[in-house]
Amino acid sequence: MELLRIDNLTVTPVTQPQRLLVSGVSFAIEAGKTTCVVGESGSGKSLTALSVMSLLPQSLQRVSGSIHFQGQDLTACSNAQLQNIRGKRIGMIFQEPMTSLNPVLNVGYQIGESLAVHLGLSGNALKNRVAELLEQVGIPASRAGSYPDELSGGQRQRVMIAMAIACSPAMLIADEPTTALDVTVQAQILELLASLKSRMHMGMLFITHDFGVVADIADDVVVMFRGEVVEMGPVESVLGNPRHPYTRALLDCVPDAEGRKPLKPIDYSWLNVPA
Amino acid sequence: MTNIIISAKGLTKTYKQRSGRFGFGTTLVKALDDVSVSVKQGATLAVVGESGSGKSTLARCLLQLQPLDAGEVTFDGRNLAALSGKELRSARRHLQMVFQDPFASLNPRMKVGDIVGEGLLIHKIGDAQERREKVVRMLQRVGLGMADMAKYPHEFSGGQRQRIGIARALVLEPKLVVCDEPVSALDVSIQAQILLLLKELQQEMGLSYLFISHDLRVVRHVAEEVAVMYRGRIVEQGKVDQLYADPQQEYTRNLLNSIPGRHRLEN
Repeated sequence: MELLRIDNLTVTPVTQPQRLLVSGVSFAIEAGKTTCVVGESGSGKSLTALSVMSLLPQSLQRVSGSIHFQGQDLTACSNAQLQNIRGKRIGMIFQEPMTSLNPVLNVGYQIGESLAVHLGLSGNALKNRVAELLEQVGIPASRAGSYPDELSGGQRQRVMIAMAIACSPAMLIADEPTTALDVTVQAQILELLASLKSRMHMGMLFITHDFGVVADIADDVVVMFRGEVVEMGPVESVLGNPRHPYTRALLDCVPDAEGRKPLKPIDYSWLNVPA
Repeated sequence: MTNIIISAKGLTKTYKQRSGRFGFGTTLVKALDDVSVSVKQGATLAVVGESGSGKSTLARCLLQLQPLDAGEVTFDGRNLAALSGKELRSARRHLQMVFQDPFASLNPRMKVGDIVGEGLLIHKIGDAQERREKVVRMLQRVGLGMADMAKYPHEFSGGQRQRIGIARALVLEPKLVVCDEPVSALDVSIQAQILLLLKELQQEMGLSYLFISHDLRVVRHVAEEVAVMYRGRIVEQGKVDQLYADPQQEYTRNLLNSIPGRHRLEN
């Protein structure tokens, strides 16, 4: 079942409408599947995700494109309608677990906030649901009273995940959620996300620059380069049998843990694009 | 026998950390706990570990940028701790460092030519003309041009800034270069360029590297030997092929198993 469909999305700076930061991007996300958007910095992958939530910075504008979520055109929604979707039907996780949490509120309160706003929970019902969510992401419920600075980086990211899934959203957007974490913690968080996704049958839009992470969790892959989608498809075909020269070049510069293949930097001249 | 360029024996370093309510208590954190490493002439030793494992403290202590609690560092046959300030400064010409953050490690108010040439000036190498020639040659070698000398760091991309950082370290023709996570802030395509550049320069100039990294995929490509650090101790050390193929310690196995791209998460 198709959960989200992005059609011909184009984003430019308000003051320079000729600079295409995201250009004619189209792809779809299925329920219960993980779609990884992968690309270098500046490829437009984060802007694509922000556009879905209508959270582009004010200096940027969406000049064309539609975004349908469960059949509803998000680009035609009012702010009030969007607020009812963000955090309730679409959950979000960001890269920096250190800066995305409020340091003066305990984590239980922060997880409970969206439950109170969107589902109207209060009192014991709220408390119980928060405890349940903490357990679900692998943190003892007794830590609900802890403040962000008392938790490790991995635990903070778990709290972010608990906040994102609090209202049982149909879709999760995760923007480089493991980039700031140690490799062993990253492995645990990826595992947690994969199991939550299948248990809750969520669609996941996962942004990353790491092909290793893509190989671990993606069902479908979208490769972006300078604002455009250059290749997309099921993970086995994009990683196993890349068709676009840029995808091949990007895969060639990823060091492999076995040390079998030589590193090859991208030769942009050969790609026929200015460096 | 291969020559050892730098060897460290029994390095120990303890930090006091403020703890408890309002930071009135102190706890001792052992950043280095009896660490011994050595780097062979012309080779690369990688130190891997997670954040807080003590790998950056090791780098700083090797270069005597931080006092040690115990242990000694022998560089090129001399005990660094026994050197006077003046002797240590002149030894540092041969002990250079490439830093992680190419945005924070270059002085934004200095022109690139002056940044790269500063070491030559401090060590009084050559006259103005020779220094200028050395800087130009070094910049060209790392892929930048003569015109870049008059620019400021903010005019460059992350990868180019890391090239400037490498030029700054290598213009002094050091014997040992400590690279502290030199590619972890860079895109994977730029990362490959910088890793290859470091390798070429190693061969051309006969450099020895101590390469600090948290990325085991990168380490596999740059190092001959690896030391795995965990909580201030080296838990396992050996040839890179052997350690990756047959890790002896539980922690090393765990680290290797966490490398993304090795285990498809089925659900």
